Parts: sequence; structure tokens; C-alpha cells
Amino acid sequence: MGDWLEQNGALLGLALLDGIASAALIFMVAVGLNLVFGVLRVLNVAHGSLFAIGAYAAASIGLFAASAGLPGWASLLALLLAAMLVGLVLGPLIEQLLLRRVYGEEPVLQLLVTFALFMILEDAQKLVWGVQPVSFSVPVSLMGTVDVPFGTDVIPYNTYQVVLLPAVAVVTLVGLALFLRRTLTGRVILAVTTDREAATAMGIDARRVYLLTFTFGAMLAALGGALSTPTASLVPGIGASTIVLSFAVVATAGLGQIEGAALTALMIGIGRSVAVTFAPELEVVVPYIIMVAVLLVRPQGLFGVVETRRV
Amino acid sequence: MSSSFQLGRRQALAAGFGSVLLPSALSAQAPAQRPSEIKIGITTFLSGPASVFGVPGRNAAEMLAEEINREGGIGGVPVRLFFVDEAPGIDHLVGEFRRLVQNERVDVMFASISSGSCLACTPLGEELRKVTLLWDCGTQRIFEERRYQYAFRTQANATPEILAPLLYLLKTRPDFRTVAVLNQDYAWGRDSWEIWKTAMDALKPGTRVVAELFPRFGATDFSAEVTRLLALRPDVILSTSWGGELDTFIRQAAERRLFERSTFVLPLAESSLERVGRSLPAGHIVGSRGDHWHQHPRPANPQALQRFVEGYRRRYNAYPIYPTYHMAQAFSALRAAHAKAMQANGGNWPSDAQLAAAFPGLEFETPTARMRIREDGQGLEPQLIGTTLHSDRFPFAVMDNMVVFPPELVTAPVGQNSVAWLRTLTPDMVNRVPDPIRAG
Repeated sequence: MGDWLEQNGALLGLALLDGIASAALIFMVAVGLNLVFGVLRVLNVAHGSLFAIGAYAAASIGLFAASAGLPGWASLLALLLAAMLVGLVLGPLIEQLLLRRVYGEEPVLQLLVTFALFMILEDAQKLVWGVQPVSFSVPVSLMGTVDVPFGTDVIPYNTYQVVLLPAVAVVTLVGLALFLRRTLTGRVILAVTTDREAATAMGIDARRVYLLTFTFGAMLAALGGALSTPTASLVPGIGASTIVLSFAVVATAGLGQIEGAALTALMIGIGRSVAVTFAPELEVVVPYIIMVAVLLVRPQGLFGVVETRRV
Repeated sequence: MSSSFQLGRRQALAAGFGSVLLPSALSAQAPAQRPSEIKIGITTFLSGPASVFGVPGRNAAEMLAEEINREGGIGGVPVRLFFVDEAPGIDHLVGEFRRLVQNERVDVMFASISSGSCLACTPLGEELRKVTLLWDCGTQRIFEERRYQYAFRTQANATPEILAPLLYLLKTRPDFRTVAVLNQDYAWGRDSWEIWKTAMDALKPGTRVVAELFPRFGATDFSAEVTRLLALRPDVILSTSWGGELDTFIRQAAERRLFERSTFVLPLAESSLERVGRSLPAGHIVGSRGDHWHQHPRPANPQALQRFVEGYRRRYNAYPIYPTYHMAQAFSALRAAHAKAMQANGGNWPSDAQLAAAFPGLEFETPTARMRIREDGQGLEPQLIGTTLHSDRFPFAVMDNMVVFPPELVTAPVGQNSVAWLRTLTPDMVNRVPDPIRAG
């Protein structure tokens, strides 16, 4: 082991850097899905579409800002603006028009409704942005690269990926934890999550909490998409591939568990990049190996709580 | 007096089968009436990641059909198109293929972009005795594993599309020792690597493969792969990826200066050049799955190429990419086959069987070359490979030092399995590669 580490320690270090950057994006998407499920008890398949629309909107706003001659830092604001716009417009619309009608219904009906919405939004993306890849990489170019020593060599990394993305993820995690535990609104959300009936009996407007939570979850999905825009070309179908990984994170973390989502994202991100470095053929299956391994030991997920079945 | 006409069990069975089989056999053999329109069914990707090729293919088909109808149609008959989306999967596609042939009574099918789709549609077209033109899919297996009477490919296949860039690399930069590959993890990514590796082992034995990376199909981040390649410093990096994944890989590699450390060989990059702009640096090898290039140095018909390129740009605000040329080839082959079949039929409208009989040995014009369909149904299409160059004329990399490979040099001979044929190649094959042509 010591010999292996001596020979491959530097490579492992590089893999850790890549893994942390990748985990940051995975967390941003999965945490919104986890939050929505924790409060609304609806597994939202259309979360992937909100991710994709956030990404496309960020590219459009960013390209507009660039064509209008706005300074480079405005491109970073474009990412935030896109996430807020998508969350604030689509979030309430979806919650009020669709989800509100299926609360308390069979999970299969909820899945079908959100899957139908996913399909509709996929087509809407094609109508608005077409099928050719769309990209907007100004933020990455703006922030440049940082050289990481590797033996006698250096490996350049995008500052955007190894500094900004993890920083945003940490701020989101800490901010969300503080919001839920230290603010009145956060505690109200937690109360509804824990026991909706009791919370409603005490005068909490659960419907308002649902609306607020879903809008916030939509915004997080869109922010995840917006943050992925500078490093990826956007094509039809990115929402589908995102949602599959997000489900794996949510199931592994424990439904509704924010810290669990962060830890799982980190495990999956690092697991994938270590696989690329040392066993590339395993890269595709690593997230699911981690998921299966965790669920075998803890069927309720890493941070999940075993619930008593209500008859 | 009893009737002398009695049916035995065997005759009854034969009559039963005959009643099922005869109508389609008759429709293929019977003299045909001139129809009011020629119905063409086209399977292509209209959704999902591969719609980056499928939609330009459909766009080109619509543009060409309008052009053909303006000119009076094929044999004086206008064409009408029916599109089917390949994205929902093989079961859906096969059902739609059958519906178009049996219910809509299409005259010809153009199938498909995905190799998996072609492998499913080609035997079905044969069963239904309907002329099926394979307009874009790459798998070389179709005509190597079986003979067809009704299926023909109006473009090349994966073998020449991968062998040509390798020969170009060997001719222009023969001193490489190490190679890494990053391909999408699905049939095309794996098969194209097998072709490259087999040919490389024959043409430059001893070359070391330092990494085989197959990220999942649809991946949106290649950071870990780029890190690995930066650390390994291979002389050559091959990627047969396409669409958004190729764009993302090029951008991420460029941002992290990977292009400065290795020579890239990107056989499908022609379709990404305009989108990635100047992210793709000069000095790397790109191909176009054929000899398609809007700045082709020696097109067979410069006016036709210009008309096609400008017409497409005017209508869709983008340069045409290789699937649009492949679609043009399918239409051109259909027109030529119709003319040949009608001539062979004394000027009468040809039946399905007569139309099919016109394809083996058929020669037809494309904007860039004169193509031929071999007796096994495989099209012989030249391959154009070049090195990227930045010029003031375009806001994206263009091709320089272009080599147009004659199809006979890079295509497995009739009746031979591609992989077995590639194993027989010898290093002196490089001497037969034509000299590069500078960009105009």
C-alpha cells in the first residue's frame, strides 16, 4: 500500500481535485431534488428539465451580455440571474398548476405527472434553443487556469472548476443548513417535513411551504445547470442524464438529507475521477456501485431515518 | 360425377403460404404504373443528442425535395417525404418502418443515422422487398455479413472513415510512439477504436496505447479524462466522439492546454468546426466521414457544391455538415437509379425489383465527387482529411493540407471482413497516400 501510494500519490491528488470539482456540480443538482422530495414527498422527474433550462437560459443571457459589450464579470452574474429567473418563473407555475393536484396521490401517479412534464419541457427546449449544441464559456476563460505541480511537470486546471464551483457548493450547503435550522421559515419547512398534519394543526400553511420549497428546489436545479454551462456544450437530453445521477445521489444519501447529498456527491465525484485515473472501465458504473454498496448496508440511505409505517 | 379438382394437404399448405407471400412478391415483380408522387420514408434522429446530425439531415432532405420538385421531380414525378424519429428506439423504429411501407406505401426508404437502426431496418427492407438506401449509418457489418437485393449504401462505412485519418497521421507525422483514445462508450466509440487499433498494429507495429478512455455516452464533463491525458502526455490523442460531447471535450482540452502537448486526431470534427470556433487550435487532424467540406479543394462540380452550400446557409444560417451531404448523396443516387431503371425498362416506370436492380454498379454525382455503388451494395466514397488552420476568412478553424483518399485504397474489398482485411495491411500502404493539397 505504501509503495503504491508513493508511486501514485500525485495521481491520486489530481483525481481528488477533479472529484471535488465534479462533486460540486452533482451536489448542486441533487440537493434541490432531495429538498423537494423531503418536503413535498414528490419525486420530481422534471428536475432534470429545470437543470437543462437553467443551463440554456444561462447560455442565452450570457451570450446576450457578451454581445452587448458588458464586462466579463457580468457573465458570472448571468449564471445567477438565469437560475433565479427559471426558478421564480417555472417553479411556482409547475407547483400551482400540476403538483398541487397530486399531493397525497399514489407515488406512481406523481411520477407519471412529473415524467409527462419532463417530456413536455424537453420538447420546449428544442423549440426554443434548437438541437445544435449551445455553449457559453466566458466565465471559464475569464478566470483562467491554475497550475498544479505534478512531479517535474504541471497540470493546468480551470480556476472556475477547482475554486469557484466547490466554493459555491460549500456556500449552498452551509447556507441551506443555516436557513433550515436557524430561521423561522426554515424551521417551518422542517416542521412540515417532519409531520405535515401536526404542523398544519398548529396553523402552518403547508401549501405555502410547498410552494416556497419547490420554487427554491427549482432554483437550485437551474443553478446547477447554469453553473455547468461554462464547461459543457448543451444538447438535447442533458436533463435526462442529469436526473439519473441525481436519483442515485438522493437514494444513496437518504431521501430529504442535505448533508447526505453533499457526502454522496463527494463520494461519487471522487469515485469517478479515481476510476478514470486507475481503472477507466469502471467509471460509468462507479456511482451505482457506491449506491448499491450503501443501500445494502443502510437501506434507508447514508443519512436516512427508518420510518415507522403508518397504517 | 365428382369434381376431379382435389387439393392435397401439401397443395393446400402451398396455396395457403402462397396467398400470404404472393402479394408482396407480385408487387415487387409486377409492372408498375407511374405514381402521382414518389413517397420517401426517412428515418433520422429528430430528438436526443444525435439530433445534432438528424435535424440537419432532415433540413437537407426538405431543401433537396423542394429543389427536385421545382425541377419537375424524379422521372417527372414529385417527391413527398415522411420522417420517422430514430430516438425512441429500435422497436418503435421497426414498427414505423413497417407502417410507412405497408400503410403509407412509400416507394423508397432512407435509413438511418444509428448503426443499430440500420442493422434492424436493412433486413426488414429486404423482407418487405422495398428499396432501402442506407444514407448515414457507419457500421461496416451490414454488407460484410449478408448479401441484400434491396439495400444499398450511398456513402462509405466506418472502415474507410477511420483508416483514412490513420493513414493521414502516418503520412504527415509518422514519428509518434504513444497513442491514447477517448471515445463515447457505445457501439460507434468501441467499433471505431477496434478499426483504428487493428490498422495501427498492422501499419505501425509497436505503437504503445497508453490510455483507453470510454466516458459514458452523453457525458458533459471530461475534466478527469483531460487531467489523465495531461499527465500521460501521449503523442497522439484519437477521439471519434461527436456532437456536444466532442464540442465539450475540445473546449475543456483547449482551456487546459492539452492541445499543446499532444496531436489530436478527430475523424468527425468537421461537424463541430463552426460551433467550437477558434477553441480548436491549428495543427490538428480532422475528418468529415467522407469528402464533404464546404471549402473542398478540388470538388468534382464546384458550381453544384457552391449552390448546395449557399442554399443551405441561406436557409438554415449554418454551414452544411456531413449528414447534409450524405442526404444529398442518397437523393442523387435515387435519381440516377430511377433514370437507369427506366431506361432499362423501355422508358416505363420501374417496379421495386427493377429499381433495386439498377443500384449495383450505379454511378452518381455528388457535389464533390462521382460515386459508385459496388456489387455488394456498398458505396465507394472518397475520404477528405486535413489539418486545422486559422485564417482571417472564417471565425473557426478550417482544413489545410487536405488529402482526398480514393475509396478503393481505404475500403475493404468485396466479400472481405474489414477487421480481417485491416490485419493484412502493410506499412508500405502509406506510400500510396496521395499528396496533401493546400487550402485555397
